Amino acid sequence: MTFLTSDPVELAPLLASVQSPARGGLSLFLGQVRDHHEGRAVVRLDYSAYGPMAEAECARIVAEAEQRWDVAVALRHRLGSLAVGDTAVAVVVASAHRADAFAACRHVIEEVKRRVPIWKREHYADGTLTWVDPTATLQHV
Amino acid sequence: MPVAASTDITVRVLLFASYAESLGREALEVSLSQPASIADVVSHIRRLPGGASLPPKPLCARNLAHAGQDDRVADGDEIAILPPLAGG
Repeated sequence: MTFLTSDPVELAPLLASVQSPARGGLSLFLGQVRDHHEGRAVVRLDYSAYGPMAEAECARIVAEAEQRWDVAVALRHRLGSLAVGDTAVAVVVASAHRADAFAACRHVIEEVKRRVPIWKREHYADGTLTWVDPTATLQHV
Repeated sequence: MPVAASTDITVRVLLFASYAESLGREALEVSLSQPASIADVVSHIRRLPGGASLPPKPLCARNLAHAGQDDRVADGDEIAILPPLAGG
């Protein structure tokens, strides 16, 4: 499975990949590009990755979630240049019951942010740009 | 008599994002004498031009998996030095 894509994230195939008659509870998390960061106006984000490791780490995260809960997980992260409102990451979890679907979905997105080697550079409305360092702004972690 | 070079290992080091910009490159080969750890690789990189801006103990990976500073490295390993992750 390919977890990284340079194309827009399509939800229908992700939903279809986890849906089944036995799994009636689906949970969806989308991370979309915000128009502000630290009080500055953001116009664009460039995502890059250590591709082979990012794929491997996403596979490990999904496998761990599917082992810990009775769920099916779909995960996709977009790379490249994204505009405000574009979907950067999508997590879809299907389970027989909602509790597992919510718990696994939350776990997967938190682990993606903590473990997957992806970086983003923010372009601001004033023409400047910077690499985002979430560890420098702990209030958002 | 063993030659000194036979105890050396060579690893491929990958740099990303802000670290690649600081060092002006994305990959390089580094030779180290055994035994060598992730920390030894980092020390080598931090002594290169532009390397001083890297933290003393950055996030690192060995052969596509997260690694600790004390983890041993072997000949042919791919060692990645990772800036703060910002996915999602």
